[in-house]
Amino acid sequence: MISCREAVARLWAYLDRNLERLQEQELEEHLGLCRHCCGELEFARHVRALLQRPGAAVELPTETRAKLEDFIRQLGGGA
Amino acid sequence: MAEAAGPGLGYEECVRPHLDYLYGVALRLCGNRTAAEDLLQDALLRAFRAFRSLRDREHPRRWLTRVLTSAFYDRVRMELNDALHRSVEEDFDLFDKIAEEDPFPYSDRVHLDFLELFDDARILEVLQGLAPQHRVAVILAYVYGFTAREIGEFTGRPVGTVLSWLHRGRKQLERELWEHAVSHHLIDRGAVGR
Repeated sequence: MISCREAVARLWAYLDRNLERLQEQELEEHLGLCRHCCGELEFARHVRALLQRPGAAVELPTETRAKLEDFIRQLGGGA
Repeated sequence: MAEAAGPGLGYEECVRPHLDYLYGVALRLCGNRTAAEDLLQDALLRAFRAFRSLRDREHPRRWLTRVLTSAFYDRVRMELNDALHRSVEEDFDLFDKIAEEDPFPYSDRVHLDFLELFDDARILEVLQGLAPQHRVAVILAYVYGFTAREIGEFTGRPVGTVLSWLHRGRKQLERELWEHAVSHHLIDRGAVGR
């Protein structure tokens, strides 16, 4: 079975589904027996969710949108 | 969000539906609204100049991400050499650190309590602590789901380099989250210093 160190190194790639099938199987086998690494996997999920928050909550400010749309219009008009 | 622009659409129609998305990416990369707006304007100009020669107009969002990333990468190019020499403590593990230091001794959900210390402004601040190339990789991969290959295309770097950025970026992110909490007195230093 892979070590905790190896399992932890694979967690983010696992969440991204970027592991080879064998690597994924090895990790899942480890996770089935290791509560510590299951906790770390859950923690990695939460950290990723944290990163996704700021840009999603902030809308393009109305003034900035108007400015950018004007800019785009000028570029398009000059083509 | 609509992805396809269609081969017959002009620049304006191609770009406008993606402004909110692009602003979100720029804000995460730059950390503040003024810099994000400036970067976005630069990217829109670059996109306009490249639009005539754009063959694949079916995926404007992906193309625009590439243009924006490239604009950002050019801006921080000067910082990259310096950043490459900055050491990243690869053995640091935030999950273990929180468990060991136990900054919330009376909590049975100490890891979640730690993450709840970070509001949106703090997350943007923490992201700014990452070396620029690590920041690009972490944001594009973990927030927007781009693959290492795509990020390599956006930045003109090999996939192996991007995978290394992602690994080092994750480690640096963990360290930055911890240091931010300590330096901003978000956690009980008495407990941490025990």
